[in-house]
Amino acid sequence: MSPVSRRALVIGGLGAAGAAGATAALLSGGEPAASFSDAVAFHGPHQAGIVTPAQDRLHFVAFDVVTKDRDRLIQLLKDWTVAATRMTAGKDAGEVGAVAGLPEAPPDDTGEAIGLPASQLTLTIGFGPTLFRTADGRDRFGLAGRQPGALAPLPRFTGDTLDAALSDGDIGIQACANDPQVAVHAIRNLARIGMGVVSVRWSQLGFGRTSSTSTGQATPRNLFGFKDGTRNLKAEQDDLLREHLWVQPGDGPDWMAGGSYLVTRKIRMLVETWDRSPLVEQEAIVGRHKGSGAPIGLAGEFDEPDLTSVGDDGEPIMPKIAHVRLAHPDTNNGARMLRRGYNFVDGSDGLGRLNAGLFFIAYQRDPAKAFIPVQRSLAAQDEMNEYIRHVSSGLFACPPGVTGSGDFWGSGLFT
Amino acid sequence: MRHRYSPLALTAAVVVLAGCSSSGGDTTPDAAGGPITVKATDTSCEVARTQVDAGTSVFAITNGGQKVTEFYVYAAGDRVMAEVENIAPGLSRDLHVELPAGSYETACKPGMIGKGIRGQLTVSGSAAPLTEDAALLAATDSYSRYVKSQTAALEVKTTEFVTAVKDGDAAKAKALFPVARTYWERIEPVAEIFGDLDPRIDGREEVTEEGLKFGGFHKIEQDLWQKNDISQSGPVADQLLTDVKEIVRKANAEKLSPLQLANGAKALLDEVASGKITGEEDRYSHTDLWDFNANIDGSKAAIASLRPVLEERDAALVKTLDAEFANVDAALGKHRDGDGWKLHNELSQADLKELTDAINALAEPISRVAAVVAKQS
Repeated sequence: MSPVSRRALVIGGLGAAGAAGATAALLSGGEPAASFSDAVAFHGPHQAGIVTPAQDRLHFVAFDVVTKDRDRLIQLLKDWTVAATRMTAGKDAGEVGAVAGLPEAPPDDTGEAIGLPASQLTLTIGFGPTLFRTADGRDRFGLAGRQPGALAPLPRFTGDTLDAALSDGDIGIQACANDPQVAVHAIRNLARIGMGVVSVRWSQLGFGRTSSTSTGQATPRNLFGFKDGTRNLKAEQDDLLREHLWVQPGDGPDWMAGGSYLVTRKIRMLVETWDRSPLVEQEAIVGRHKGSGAPIGLAGEFDEPDLTSVGDDGEPIMPKIAHVRLAHPDTNNGARMLRRGYNFVDGSDGLGRLNAGLFFIAYQRDPAKAFIPVQRSLAAQDEMNEYIRHVSSGLFACPPGVTGSGDFWGSGLFT
Repeated sequence: MRHRYSPLALTAAVVVLAGCSSSGGDTTPDAAGGPITVKATDTSCEVARTQVDAGTSVFAITNGGQKVTEFYVYAAGDRVMAEVENIAPGLSRDLHVELPAGSYETACKPGMIGKGIRGQLTVSGSAAPLTEDAALLAATDSYSRYVKSQTAALEVKTTEFVTAVKDGDAAKAKALFPVARTYWERIEPVAEIFGDLDPRIDGREEVTEEGLKFGGFHKIEQDLWQKNDISQSGPVADQLLTDVKEIVRKANAEKLSPLQLANGAKALLDEVASGKITGEEDRYSHTDLWDFNANIDGSKAAIASLRPVLEERDAALVKTLDAEFANVDAALGKHRDGDGWKLHNELSQADLKELTDAINALAEPISRVAAVVAKQS
């Protein structure tokens, strides 16, 4: 029996696709990979998994750091970086691999990704406010002085029904891939490597991306049946990304330049009641036509929503409480975010209802100018609130990309 | 083979002579090497001498306390060099132990729990370093001693438990249940070697095979705590004692390999992670933390037996294991309740998560021990 390894299968087994993957690996983190199964470059000025064209599947995990030892934490970030570099390239998590080691030793890769290609796996890390200081303000790892002002805990929003056990975390890692098994494999192996230093606080699976992050992608639908993310920031919009997505030099602190702030919200959708509401009401709540995705009163999905015109009845054509209006940059001092959320169905809830919804993910240069004002506006007025519940919340500072083999996740924060 | 040990014997003899001449007043070597008295009470452990010569020492332990006690001699990392269990109040027992030169600790354990009351013991002289093979042999010998000490206590305590059940003394049986199980849980991976016996003694209701009757510890546990009726439990109790006696006999005769020790150390932590943290093991009595602690004791004993080999081959791993064992002890120690433990259903979800994290942190490095032991150098 010859040993089976992911690398052998990826490079040897896929032929042309493997060669294409090698080409893709030369591109920077934000460039589209050549195909569904290829590798996305791990190294680059920004972390991959933000403007990377949204993959189909998500496994997001939040960790609590359980050690008090700063050196162990740094070592874990180094170990994770090595494993992430390997897994995003379609390799086993560890050097030995899932089946090539000593028979007496547990394998250093868990094995469920044997034979699976890289599947555009991206792994994106962020640091939560509680990594820097405890709720009562105590410095944890000598990092308190380096906490970004933009990483202040999110305020409470009207209607929040957050479950603390499903919220926050010292470290968040987003795994996105086109194969759910590849995403789960990545998170599982990172969690295993981290045992003793970190502990999984919560994790979330997602399917069916609900946003497009590239002009080359069609706009997908969320579980309300509507196109979501039509007006998202896109990878190709360099000027807008600089203005709204990436932390710029001078924004402070220096270690975050080239990074971005990540907000996660698990939003339960009460789909059963939504499904029996009339089409016209659904469209009025969202502010878009369900079929085309066009703004109310317009024909094309990408037409600019008309927030000012008034109909024959004297009311605005775009309803005052439409989600599109409330979330629109014009209503929020120009606020923009890059959204890359996923649908979720966590089985059913014991009352015969789907435990389903949207795992909202948004990246931005400063939450105080983007997510926070937009969510304040939505929480106060959005008719959609009747059909949704925010049950989990997270905020993470995602550092810039790992630049080379000597670098590691968050190196700028610790050095 | 024999000649390898002669330098040690020679050195020891020289040391003994030197000891004699310096002590002056002693007229015979026997006086200096006579039994070392140990006065054990519920709060103290007075060991008459803290410096002895290499070779065989005899400890004479007298239990002057109210609690049943134990006496241990530990090498570094709590490797058990010898122990005597179950010394009832008022009784005396002798312990013979062969100790090479080095630093040791003595411990009395009133109530038979915890780290015990420790004291330093220095053994002088010199010992020839063991070869790799001899070190592995010493590891399995050391662990065999541990197994024998545990099986002896298991049989005694199970007998007391079964007697209480048959006497219809539910309060006494309930008190003895987690105590008897402690000795079982410490060596469970050994017990598991013997096929049907383990499920017969320790099987839970849902794993009882079709056609067989639910029996063993957990059936009596159900009768004691859930049915509140042990009037019909006699036959199950008799069978339990028969099975325990059989497994004790088999376990004492079993020759274990170093690899089995390594895998057993990990298997005990798996027991904790899958059965005790969840409260599945003792679902009627909720005494899971007794079993939890016993599993950790057993895992520690197996690693301690392998310690000299591991120190030689992967000292960093030993350091990690020491730190993580201490971390588990600290996390579990928060849930002590007098001489025993809190009930599983008194722990919060956050408590259980902290214990899970501590077990995970220990089990990952422990899972690497087998390969270190197996590796041919």
